Amino acid sequence: MTGIVSYLVFFSILASIYSLMSLGLNLQWGYTGLFNIGVVGFFAVGAYTFAILASPPAAGHIGGFNWPFLAALIAAMIATGIVALIVGIPTLRLREDYLAIATIGIGATIQLIANNMNWLTGGPNGIYNIPQPLSAYFSSNLGYNVFFLVMIVVILLLAYWSLERIVHSPWGRVLMAIREDETAASSVGKSGFSYRLQSFVIGSILMGLAGALYASFIKYISPTLFMPVLTFQVWAMLIVGGSGNNRGAILGSVLVWALWTMSGSVVQAILPSTLQVKGGAFQIILIGLVLMLVLLFRPRGIMGSRKAVVFAGESKTVSGE
Amino acid sequence: MIAQYLANGIVLGSSIALGAVGLTLTYNILNFANFAHGSLLSWGAYFAWLVVLVFGGVQSTIGPLSFGWPFILAIVAAALMASVLALVLDWLVFRVLRKSNIQVTLVIASFGASLLLRNLIVVVFGPEPQYYSDNIQIAQPILPGVRTTPDELFVVGLAVVLVIGLHLFLTRTRLGKAMRAVSDNASLAQVSGINVHNVVRWTWVVGGSLAAVAGVMFGLTVQILPDMGFNLLLFLFSAAILGGIGSIYGAILGGLVIGIAADLSVLFISPAYKPAVAFILMIVVLLIKPSGILGEKVQ
Repeated sequence: MTGIVSYLVFFSILASIYSLMSLGLNLQWGYTGLFNIGVVGFFAVGAYTFAILASPPAAGHIGGFNWPFLAALIAAMIATGIVALIVGIPTLRLREDYLAIATIGIGATIQLIANNMNWLTGGPNGIYNIPQPLSAYFSSNLGYNVFFLVMIVVILLLAYWSLERIVHSPWGRVLMAIREDETAASSVGKSGFSYRLQSFVIGSILMGLAGALYASFIKYISPTLFMPVLTFQVWAMLIVGGSGNNRGAILGSVLVWALWTMSGSVVQAILPSTLQVKGGAFQIILIGLVLMLVLLFRPRGIMGSRKAVVFAGESKTVSGE
Repeated sequence: MIAQYLANGIVLGSSIALGAVGLTLTYNILNFANFAHGSLLSWGAYFAWLVVLVFGGVQSTIGPLSFGWPFILAIVAAALMASVLALVLDWLVFRVLRKSNIQVTLVIASFGASLLLRNLIVVVFGPEPQYYSDNIQIAQPILPGVRTTPDELFVVGLAVVLVIGLHLFLTRTRLGKAMRAVSDNASLAQVSGINVHNVVRWTWVVGGSLAAVAGVMFGLTVQILPDMGFNLLLFLFSAAILGGIGSIYGAILGGLVIGIAADLSVLFISPAYKPAVAFILMIVVLLIKPSGILGEKVQ
């Protein structure tokens, strides 16, 4: 019984972390129409910034700053925001696919830095002993995880509530106006570039926050945790749940994460040990098929808004002419 | 020393250039950034590997090269099979999304397709690296301070031949001219009687074939890996953007520049950062001249 409970707690914590990412992606894609195919890069920046600043001294790489949890969390969000600015400024004035290309580049570059810049990131060995907030007050692992779950759910609800507020504020309406018809929006004096940049940075900061919380929860990070498939998972979550709808983003995260973990156990149970190395590939193919089928047959996802960006593309694709 | 890295860069640039041409063609004619293009490179390389495997008994090699005639056959077969794969992909996924006018999701779908195809390679061929031949090649001096293997010279020569062929195809044949017309203005091409669907199909064939050859060339000079296409994707996009997206000659030039820059960077930083060098060049181009060297306006 405790096995199931502790598994459910673990599952929910990770589902909440994914939800934070897909909320960030929903602001970028669902509400603003920005292709971010480098979600994992921003997630990694948050995770590494948090890990470096919060960890005790370690041999082989920079560290030992021992920052308090909240300070490191905020620093991780700021660092992610800066990276988003670096990617966003050159690309958000151009046709939308340029952002996609640049974000895949930042994802790959951050992976390279994580793997090779040993003095900063610990290289392939990663960073150990990342502290968990208030862990000294808990005697059992399960008790602590329950506390962590409560904390992360509060953060998730806060993020959800703030996003709902801002997308329904005048700011959010400008965002959607730009998404639907940029020429009309700019004729009333709203700069598409500036609003896109704000939305991109805020969305990326949420991904960085998710990364920081993830690093703190699992206490150990290494480059193998930040593969491009993570970006793909988050996209699948948002598309399945329904882009342009924050509740859909969270629902999609839970569903796709459940599908992912279940398919993982099925693969483990079914495949002979010689084929286990290929298990991950089967999982990705499964999620890929789900994403493709949803895109083809129900592009709005489960709860997608009628005006979601998938239908706004027609007017914009000609802007490259 | 620099001359050697320059030569290495030209070899890498040959693969990148051919891959980038296909990418820029699909971008221009089908109007979306195809993230699955890298997977066509990988699949092309594996198709050729399969053909070479079938002819495993043939041990004789052509002159100083590491491979024999079956390999030449394998390149042609790989180009054909990659074209079929590209057409199937278009028919299964992109065609449907094009029809329903939700063009923006094409990019996401292509990203999904790229991961799918890459993992299919892992399932079918396994994750470990493969080689076309066990023969060891010794780099020979060809110029003062420059040593290359015969295989590398073959790769550069093949790229030159293909680029000339592509140029003749685009300027001398009816189909090539139609392709350029559609890429300039699809509606205008259609009203002047060009069969746009046919052009789209041939775009996939040309792009897929060039991708396959690029993949084989990379596999021959480096190694064949499931991730190779995905890892090269950043180089391809950087090359296409540097040359000016949509410009075929720009993509070739961009491929060479990116290849040379990546290999020259080895003088200053670890070779592991080559993709990052391509990425930084891309960002610089986007900041200074987003239309690239030979491209048109992108705003």
